[in-house]
Amino acid sequence: MAALESPQPGTPTAMRNAFGNVLSVLILVLIGVLAFSIRLFSVIKYESVIHEFDPYFNYRVTQFLSKNGIYEFWNWFDDRTWYPLGRVIGGTVYPGLTLTAGTIWWVLNSLNIPLSVETVCVFTAPVFSAFASWATYLLTKEVKGSGAGLAAAALLAMVPSYISRSVAGSYDNEAVAIFALIFTFYLYIKTLNTGSLFYATLNALAYFYMVCSWGGYTFIINLIPMHALLCIVTGRYSPRLYIAYAPLVVLGTLLAALVPVVGFNAVLTSEHFASFLVFIIIHVVALVYYIKGILSPKMFKVAVTLVVSIGMVVCFIVVAILVALVASSPTGGWSGRSLSLLDPTYASKYIPIIASVSEHQPPTWPSYFMDINVLAFLVPAGIIACFSPLSDASSFVVLYIVMSVYFSGVMVRLMLVLAPAACIMSGIALSQAFDVFTGSIKYQLGALSNSTDDTEDNTSTNNAPKDDASAGKTDKGEEIVKERPSKKGKKKEREPADKPSVKSKIKKKALVLPLEASIVALLLLIMLGAFYVIHCVWAAAEAYSAPSIVLTSQSRDGLHVFDDFRESYAWLSHNTDVDDKVASWWDYGYQTTAMANRTVIVDNNTWNNTHIATVGTAMSSPEKAAWEIFNSLDVKYVLVVFGGLIGYPSDDINKFLWMVRIGGGVFPHIKEADYLRDGQYRIDSEATPTMLNCLMYKLSYYRFVETDGKGYDRVRRTEIGKKNFKLTHFEEVFTSHHWMVRIYKLKPPRNRIRGRAKKLKSKTSSGLSSKSVKKNPWI
Amino acid sequence: MMNLSRSVALISLFLLPLLSFSFSVDNPTDRRVLVLLDDLSLKSSHSIFFNTLKSRGFDLDFKLAEDSKLALQRYGQYLYDGLIIFAPSTERLGGSLDSKSIADFVDSGRDLILSADTYASDLIRGIATECGVDFDEDSSAMVIDHTSFSVSDVDGDHTLIASDDFVKSDVILGKTKIEAPVLFRGVAHSLNPSNNLVLKVLSASPSAYSANPSSMLSSPPQLTGSAISLVSVMQARNNARVVISGSVQLFSDRLIRSGVQKAGSPNQYEKSGNEQFVTELSKWVFHERGHLKAGSLVHHRVGETDEPAIYRIKDDLEFSVEIYEWSGKSWEPYVANDVQVQFYMMSPYVLKTLSTDKKGLFHTSFKVPDVYGVFQFKVEYEKLGYSTLSLSKQIPVRPYRHNEYERFIPTAYPYYGACFTTMAGFFVFSFVYLYHK
Repeated sequence: MAALESPQPGTPTAMRNAFGNVLSVLILVLIGVLAFSIRLFSVIKYESVIHEFDPYFNYRVTQFLSKNGIYEFWNWFDDRTWYPLGRVIGGTVYPGLTLTAGTIWWVLNSLNIPLSVETVCVFTAPVFSAFASWATYLLTKEVKGSGAGLAAAALLAMVPSYISRSVAGSYDNEAVAIFALIFTFYLYIKTLNTGSLFYATLNALAYFYMVCSWGGYTFIINLIPMHALLCIVTGRYSPRLYIAYAPLVVLGTLLAALVPVVGFNAVLTSEHFASFLVFIIIHVVALVYYIKGILSPKMFKVAVTLVVSIGMVVCFIVVAILVALVASSPTGGWSGRSLSLLDPTYASKYIPIIASVSEHQPPTWPSYFMDINVLAFLVPAGIIACFSPLSDASSFVVLYIVMSVYFSGVMVRLMLVLAPAACIMSGIALSQAFDVFTGSIKYQLGALSNSTDDTEDNTSTNNAPKDDASAGKTDKGEEIVKERPSKKGKKKEREPADKPSVKSKIKKKALVLPLEASIVALLLLIMLGAFYVIHCVWAAAEAYSAPSIVLTSQSRDGLHVFDDFRESYAWLSHNTDVDDKVASWWDYGYQTTAMANRTVIVDNNTWNNTHIATVGTAMSSPEKAAWEIFNSLDVKYVLVVFGGLIGYPSDDINKFLWMVRIGGGVFPHIKEADYLRDGQYRIDSEATPTMLNCLMYKLSYYRFVETDGKGYDRVRRTEIGKKNFKLTHFEEVFTSHHWMVRIYKLKPPRNRIRGRAKKLKSKTSSGLSSKSVKKNPWI
Repeated sequence: MMNLSRSVALISLFLLPLLSFSFSVDNPTDRRVLVLLDDLSLKSSHSIFFNTLKSRGFDLDFKLAEDSKLALQRYGQYLYDGLIIFAPSTERLGGSLDSKSIADFVDSGRDLILSADTYASDLIRGIATECGVDFDEDSSAMVIDHTSFSVSDVDGDHTLIASDDFVKSDVILGKTKIEAPVLFRGVAHSLNPSNNLVLKVLSASPSAYSANPSSMLSSPPQLTGSAISLVSVMQARNNARVVISGSVQLFSDRLIRSGVQKAGSPNQYEKSGNEQFVTELSKWVFHERGHLKAGSLVHHRVGETDEPAIYRIKDDLEFSVEIYEWSGKSWEPYVANDVQVQFYMMSPYVLKTLSTDKKGLFHTSFKVPDVYGVFQFKVEYEKLGYSTLSLSKQIPVRPYRHNEYERFIPTAYPYYGACFTTMAGFFVFSFVYLYHK
């Protein structure tokens, strides 16, 4: 790729460039293979299967798409979820991932490669992580040259944070969205560097793909305006910036509005307002530059005062309108997830349904080390490297890392956005460090061998920084780029462009390090990289490859496989009627519809808080009340996940407090305090009666005492509080092999209603005497 | 459902000689009835009642309640469709029978006539309680009424009640009004008002009370006034029917034949109302009357005939259901103007009364509401005396497809205009700007 820029063919430099290009293509291919194959641990260790929860929904949607075509998918009204409300899948789903996998499947099938939809879905994520690492190469190359690009791509190919979301089988939006994110950023930088409308259009299209793929597109539409604003404020406004920014906002917003799930939100919600504000500002600035060019300085001053005063008024009005609009909407115009980004405590305060998802919690420190490992230490070095010299492109990546660090600190999930930024920064840092060390080794070696030959020495010092990839070329790139700006801005632009090159020459002299130090430092860097690789492979193999529907545990007598989930979903699909409704906590909704093909009441798409609260209330109510709630929803079966027998910690009893909170948020008769003994959540004999009588407790621990005679719960590490009890309104119909999934059927209403004579009989004496006293009209 | 009943009909055609006397979906009237007596002399003392049953084609099997060979079912099949227990004093039933097996018999959709009497055993009380009827706990108590007793009551303790407080239902007691009061001597029972399955058929007058007539009242009676039920019926949720009477004598030839004059009433009747009362009641309890059957729910868009898999919001649809009533011999069209259909999703969005063509077809048409979701057509028909109809059919309703919206909205024409003039204007402007120097 760099070959296009190579100056004169035939010279040794050109030869070396050509060789370098072939080599970098080869390296890129290898990086792609690495990115793909490191994500296959899950297939090798388990099987080729869709993972976790959301991927099952995406899989089901893709199946529908491949069977019925795109129009049916667009208009799909799914009556199997959210019974009885149903869900308009076509209008509420980000279609990017599904369409991508569906297209891949279609293309393969038309090439007579008969892969199943499931296989395509399983391998979409690894394929796209290869694409993502190539996109990272392109982006970093635009910022700091191809050396940094290769380093960043290699880092990204195996960064654990990204692996966690893109192992084979983890068929989720993020799998393609990270590629789209990086590629959009690359095209933005490319447009910024070239000022080409072609790339600007491509950029809008890439943004469109991102909008199709993931709700995280708001990150782009906020980050790019921020960068544009930063450039304007720091006096870096140029027509290139205008070309990079304005078409993106106009085309991007139009395209985003085409995605059904976004629709008018693209202009109505405040996540998008920043881009419109900056759009106005950039036009004002462009106008000012234009007028400045036309008018004489004196006239310009008059004009400025005029425009500023009018502009202030207009701005004030616009801001006032915006504030009024935002304030008039109930959530202040911000959706809950976005609000919890700005105020990390927002969700846990007001929206239990968002806070209940573990990936919406703030991360812990170890998770940073786990997810980005040594990159955490390389990032600061990368930031420093970006400041010498600071270009439009490098300021963008600096902004990117700053924002993503903040956001990742709010929500674990957004660690994923941080990972590419960290990889780019670390790639830059590594490459710069390698430059300096190899450069100085070369210089020192050259100085040793040819100390007498001056000319050789000169050429080597001149060539070393230039050819060894990044630094020199970027300087050159900068100069080429900087020559294009409009005539008016030229003088200003020229200065900073010249300064760094002078500076860097001075630096290069100063940065020549002693030979030994360079070699030791190089070795240390390589060791650091080796540790990173070891950690990543370990993370990919051990930590992030579990599909979570099949569990394994290693004990002294060998490997245990817990396949209870699929066992019970298969039971449901074989033993229940097609139209039966299955109630469970919403985590298992997607899996039930996808694997058991049964209608569910709530699922992982949390758009209706009341409906989830209804199920939460049923789970936290006593048996009879729960039966009534479920019966009113036509529920036939209730499914609970129970880990007490084998020690599976993420079971329903551990999630139960969230059910209480979410239920209590809508139905105030459910109070969290009733379930806690002195603020402690417990299920042993100290537990509150409300807790011991609620449906979740009963369904989880029904007949549990029969297993070991004591009812010892291995997750809570205690004996359960209420051991022998009967169910009156539910009957157990299925319990999986390790008791992880228990399915109960609602008993039909009694055929007869019994009289009360028997009850009275036991109380005869007391009841009679009290009654006779009360009722006697003759005494 | 239709297919099933059709195939059942087909099979029964072939097996007609075998099955003609059995109880089926298509022929709900009971045929084989087991009569349990605590004394075989009841067979002759209650012969009028039994003979009316026999004359209507019932196959009565008289057994002593303590007969050790008693069995309701063999090899999992019930041997009888109905059960009459005139054994108030039996402490335990013979064979494999107990109160639970009788409750199971009712739960299987079969019918029961249970009669208690003074000094009824715990077993009989237990069965009654299972059906939601509570007899007076004092086993020696009888219903006493000092105002509406029968003047023919020779004992003078006013325990022979002449009651004419019937339930107002043609279905249960027949179309012809029972003129003469019904004579009753026996134990009182009460019903739980919150129990909507049981129903008083014959109530005591407000002056009645339940006590032991031979002893002085030491404390006020537990059951008084019109809270006392003399004869009650219960229709279980599966439409099994149960009659519970506080008096075996009610069915006896003696009371059927005797004349009646209610105390304080000038009307004197040659014959008491008992015969008509027990006959009509037995017709009801053995499903000769008031048994409804519904065909499947049929619905389709207006102008179409096939049932769609899904409706769109604001579709116009036609709904129909066929309802027939069993007349004892054949299925007759059911005629009523109060059958309603609900279009239901958590609550009824549409509630319409169906109109009938008098040939059993009930139909209506309505517009699907502007709400999408999974709806149900629901027909919940619960009418006094009739068997309950509870039918539902699920049907999803989808929103508009992307191309079903109006493409050009008249009110938006100014905006379309603005859009296109801007485009044209921009084109002209660029042309002029570029080439006009």
